[in-house]
Amino acid sequence: MQVELVSPERITFSGEAETVRVRTVGGGEIQFQPGHMPFIGVLQVSAAKVVSSEGDQIFAIHQGFVQVSGDKVTILSDVSERKEDIDVPRAEAAKAKAAAAFEADPGDGDAASALRRAQVRLDVASGVLPA
Amino acid sequence: MPGAKERELRRRIGSVQSTKKITRAMELIAATRVVKAMNRANDAKPYATQVTGVIENLTAGGAQASHPLLRNAEKVERVGIIAITSDRGLAGSYNAAVIKAAERQLDAARTQGADYSLILIGKKAIDYFSFRNYKIEAQYTGMSDTPTYENAREVANTVVDLFSKGEVDRVELAYTEFVTMGTQKVTVRRYLPLVAMATVAAEGSGSGEAIAEFAFEPSPSGVLESLLPRYMESRLYSAMLEAAASEHANRQRAMKAATDNAEDLIIKLSREMNQARQASITTEIMEIVGGAEALGGEAQAIMQTIPEYTEGTTV
Repeated sequence: MQVELVSPERITFSGEAETVRVRTVGGGEIQFQPGHMPFIGVLQVSAAKVVSSEGDQIFAIHQGFVQVSGDKVTILSDVSERKEDIDVPRAEAAKAKAAAAFEADPGDGDAASALRRAQVRLDVASGVLPA
Repeated sequence: MPGAKERELRRRIGSVQSTKKITRAMELIAATRVVKAMNRANDAKPYATQVTGVIENLTAGGAQASHPLLRNAEKVERVGIIAITSDRGLAGSYNAAVIKAAERQLDAARTQGADYSLILIGKKAIDYFSFRNYKIEAQYTGMSDTPTYENAREVANTVVDLFSKGEVDRVELAYTEFVTMGTQKVTVRRYLPLVAMATVAAEGSGSGEAIAEFAFEPSPSGVLESLLPRYMESRLYSAMLEAAASEHANRQRAMKAATDNAEDLIIKLSREMNQARQASITTEIMEIVGGAEALGGEAQAIMQTIPEYTEGTTV
């Protein structure tokens, strides 16, 4: 099936794949295989895994949507990063900063989501799919 | 010895020449940046198309249109006007045209008895409206040249916030649409409210196949709720990218015209200068001849001692 990862500034990935695994808000992980029923869901800040004959690819998805229709899976997200494109030192710095901000004010929603984004980035960069 | 007029002209030609060098450089820079901006605008298209497509599918899936962004006020108390201009000038009528369109919207709102809120992008619009003592709701600089999605989000969030809080009841977006390299058109679009989801679907050339029966998670309305803000961002982002491409195209044209003018001016001034030089040479010769005549035969005798003046110089 055809998979496309689209973010506002460019297309991150476009190609054939066997399965795609993403994480939706509230719904947990969901895996699509060819012939899946038409589906539209809201995605969490999480990792997406695209399994194809050329090997697995993991992407960090920062919020977005997934649309499955026919034999096509489209992931729309504000930011989608390939594992190789993630700047680990920067993500680590962002994580430390967000963690400090979150500790100072646990009610700070921005800090909490920044922390989550940084964590997902690091997880994806290290190749571990977060639970 | 060059006369005063000749020297003056030579100086002016020099200054026009250096201006020409600058405008020529700016033209070339603008030319490369148009291409870049166009590519960016094209790269942004798939996302916009896909988002529109998902909205179409949502509408078909029965998403309830009760989102605050769909609120259609019965009486418009205040109109929000977004104007996208550039930070720098030297782009022909690019900024003036957008500012004029925005001001027309503002006047129209006033004649209907509504107040206005200006959301300005680009130093040129800010200068214009603040100089005329308009009140400015929000202003942004440093993003119109190469807008990023983050920039668009920042502005869109402000506008959506104003609208959701009921501070504005309608938002118009004035920007320059990039039609082709040669044609850019000032456009005013209704940004908010999203009149109906049907218009959203009709407006964009989305890729949705509305026939399919979709399953939604969490629910059609839930998806719509998180999708609509993205849609607003994406629309503004496209407008900003088009405006940036138009800005560079306009600047390229303006600088090309300036370079051509400089060339014409140089030709004109050089002719004037040559004429002045010729005139001064003629005067000088006349003076020499006049002087020689006054001295009479004595001078002639002197001149004959100079070899070139004796005819048939076979020394």
